[in-house]
Amino acid sequence: MAAGVAAWLPFARAAAIGWMPVANCPMPLAPADKNKRQDELIILNVSGRRFQTWRTTLERYPDTLLGSTEKEFFFNEDTKEYFFDRDPEVFRCVLNFYRTGKLHYPRYECISAYDDELAFYGILPEIIGDCCYEEYKDRKRENAERLMDDNDSENNQESMPSLSFRQTMWRAFENPHTSTLALVFYYVTGFFIAVSVITNVVETVPCGTVPGSKELPCGERYSVAFFCLDTACVMIFTVEYLLRLFAAPSRYRFIRSVMSIIDVVAIMPYYIGLVMTNNEDVSGAFVTLRVFRVFRIFKFSRHSQGLRILGYTLKSCASELGFLLFSLTMAIIIFATVMFYAEKGSSASKFTSIPASFWYTIVTMTTLGYGDMVPKTIAGKIFGSICSLSGVLVIALPVPVIVSNFSRIYHQNQRADKRRAQKKARLARIRVAKTGSSNAYLHSKRNGLLNEALELMGTPEEEHTGKITSLIESQHHHLLHCLEKTTNHEFIDEQMFEQNCMESSMQNYPSTRSPSLSSHPGLTTTCCSRRSKKTTHLPNSNLPATRLRSMQELSTIHIQGSEQPSLTTSRSSLNLKADDGLRPNCKTSQITTAIISIPTPPVLTPEGESRPPTSSPGPNTNIPSVASNVVKVSAL
Amino acid sequence: MSSCSTRCKLGFVKFAQTIFKLITGTLSKDKIEDELEMTMVCHRPEGLEQLEAQTNFTKRELQVLYRGFKNECPSGVVNEETFKQIYAQFFPHGDASTYAHYLFNAFDTTQTGSVKFEDFVTALSILLRGTVHEKLRWTFNLYDINKDGYINKEEMIDIVKAIYDMMGKYTYPVLKEDTPRQHVDIFFQKMDKNKDGIVTLDEFLESCQEDDNIMRSLQLFQNVM
Repeated sequence: MAAGVAAWLPFARAAAIGWMPVANCPMPLAPADKNKRQDELIILNVSGRRFQTWRTTLERYPDTLLGSTEKEFFFNEDTKEYFFDRDPEVFRCVLNFYRTGKLHYPRYECISAYDDELAFYGILPEIIGDCCYEEYKDRKRENAERLMDDNDSENNQESMPSLSFRQTMWRAFENPHTSTLALVFYYVTGFFIAVSVITNVVETVPCGTVPGSKELPCGERYSVAFFCLDTACVMIFTVEYLLRLFAAPSRYRFIRSVMSIIDVVAIMPYYIGLVMTNNEDVSGAFVTLRVFRVFRIFKFSRHSQGLRILGYTLKSCASELGFLLFSLTMAIIIFATVMFYAEKGSSASKFTSIPASFWYTIVTMTTLGYGDMVPKTIAGKIFGSICSLSGVLVIALPVPVIVSNFSRIYHQNQRADKRRAQKKARLARIRVAKTGSSNAYLHSKRNGLLNEALELMGTPEEEHTGKITSLIESQHHHLLHCLEKTTNHEFIDEQMFEQNCMESSMQNYPSTRSPSLSSHPGLTTTCCSRRSKKTTHLPNSNLPATRLRSMQELSTIHIQGSEQPSLTTSRSSLNLKADDGLRPNCKTSQITTAIISIPTPPVLTPEGESRPPTSSPGPNTNIPSVASNVVKVSAL
Repeated sequence: MSSCSTRCKLGFVKFAQTIFKLITGTLSKDKIEDELEMTMVCHRPEGLEQLEAQTNFTKRELQVLYRGFKNECPSGVVNEETFKQIYAQFFPHGDASTYAHYLFNAFDTTQTGSVKFEDFVTALSILLRGTVHEKLRWTFNLYDINKDGYINKEEMIDIVKAIYDMMGKYTYPVLKEDTPRQHVDIFFQKMDKNKDGIVTLDEFLESCQEDDNIMRSLQLFQNVM
């Protein structure tokens, strides 16, 4: 029963009097109307905007938040109203649902925000009215696709810690950006495909005359050279095919896939030619086989995303193409028949039969008009003109559908690439923010330590060293401190950890410990000696010490994002102390990755954490530009 | 014959118009009839005090009733279609349209085809707060489909069939073809005192007042509001 008509229930019950005289048996007792409240106004305060409605309006849907006693949790005794800390715009739609019984979806609203609100109020989105349901479903599907795309690309780029050789090879084949070797292989195969195709083309060009014989095509004049080229190409292709076959996770599926069939078709003619003798009978067939060499050009579709998109579009527009073909066939048959009978009378007409007229009809309908067959009778000319006019229409109709399909898929693809590129930048920014928060703790710790050290040293300098932290921050820091105590380990930041691990492996550094930390008794039990404050070196950079330090400060400021001059000076002073110019020169790419992808503050082990390999082959980034990674967007 | 010729003429005129439009290239326009929107019937009830005086409801009850009424029928009047739709929502099992039709006729005292809020409230006032006499009179009016002052067997069979229709198909025991007729026979046996095949108002009032069951059931919906 629709709750909207609940107000008419008294009427329906009253109308039941009409049954009474007719009834033979006594009626059941009416239910007692216990605690009948007078209808009262309820005030709903949603983020400051007050909505008012009758209590009975809300009680129409008792299985939602507002209709049940769940709303009592939000009741504010002081103001005698129900307070919800939610979006008032969406609440408008929700309340209208109670009032009218129809749930609408506003177009300007974000789909996930709307879904969240509906989930909060306990309303199923399935009851959205017909007027808005289509739009809602469309947006929801779009969003789901987007999320799925994101997840897919995420899964693809997740680091798989240990891939077998076969799996790495397959990954290299499928995604050439994974390693330089794959990239090299990718370009080499592309080059050889181009060489092979050009060879096939040039083979047939007439190449000047050998004196004493007619003009020969280049293929026969320089047959040895061409044969060598062909052999080389086919060998590369064969090797590639065999490698792919070996690396494929499911060989049966790989063999059945389109690309592998193209590969096979491309190299088969060569081997068949090798095997076959120069027999006159079969050479005709052999020549036909050489045609298949042109399929090598389809191998380019592995290299070109645009080709793949085109192929995918054609596949997805199969029904439109089929319709086009069918309607064309129909029209061709009709017009060919008409033209044949119209031209039957004229003498020496080229329209010898209906199939012969097919050629004329096709050429006319596609507005080619070769002119090899022309109608001569008046009737033939009339029908011929109708044929050409209708041809334009029939062809023009399905084409926009195909074009729009292609455009949609292409943009979807570009959007996926753009999203991937943006995602990297976004994730980098998020990570920077995260390190900021973890660094904040470390800094406050050092500050605290510094304060302690200063107090120990008895110099009350810089009263404002300890920045006034908010209560939440101090409580958070206290919590982290408790965790440290519990695990008997400590948080430090990335650079120091890297340093320390390198130093522990190098064994050639003075084991100085900063005075501040030596005051902390509990720290000496840590596994990895890490308290010597060395400046991290920037990989692939040969900057002098001061530049380095300033860059580091710069990075600190950049990461922190807040002005803390006192902190930096204190930090730099610490650095000054320990700066002894010994910088290990190993240029491990590990450091690069550490700066880019910083996980949560590490619980330390001497082995260090496994660093996820970067997927972008971009150049190593400098620290100040952490947020702007070089990302390649695959081009058509 | 004449209708045929008028139709032919109309068809020809339409055809000529289509050819004309084709030649001159005019795009199809909206029909003139579509431009005239349905005139919105908007009715406002008399004042609250007047209604309170006329009926047995309090102001509060009238307010609640009107809010519910206006929610379903923003134009202020109920037409038969809406009436049927509303009533059908209470009986999802069967088909309540026939009974709703009779109900509508009973509500629509002025036979205009639409029920205003005053009519609605007046009828409800009788049904819920009226005297026994008034209620029975109203019920008699409901059963008297052609409003001639007498109930005959056919009218009664129609009414009873409409009531059984509301039950729907899935009943226990299974509804048989002549169940309504049998029911009406029992009814007439009770009501028709002089056995003349029709029931007058007085016969009806008398018989009902004799029957305890009916009397008791009339008081059933006393506290519906």
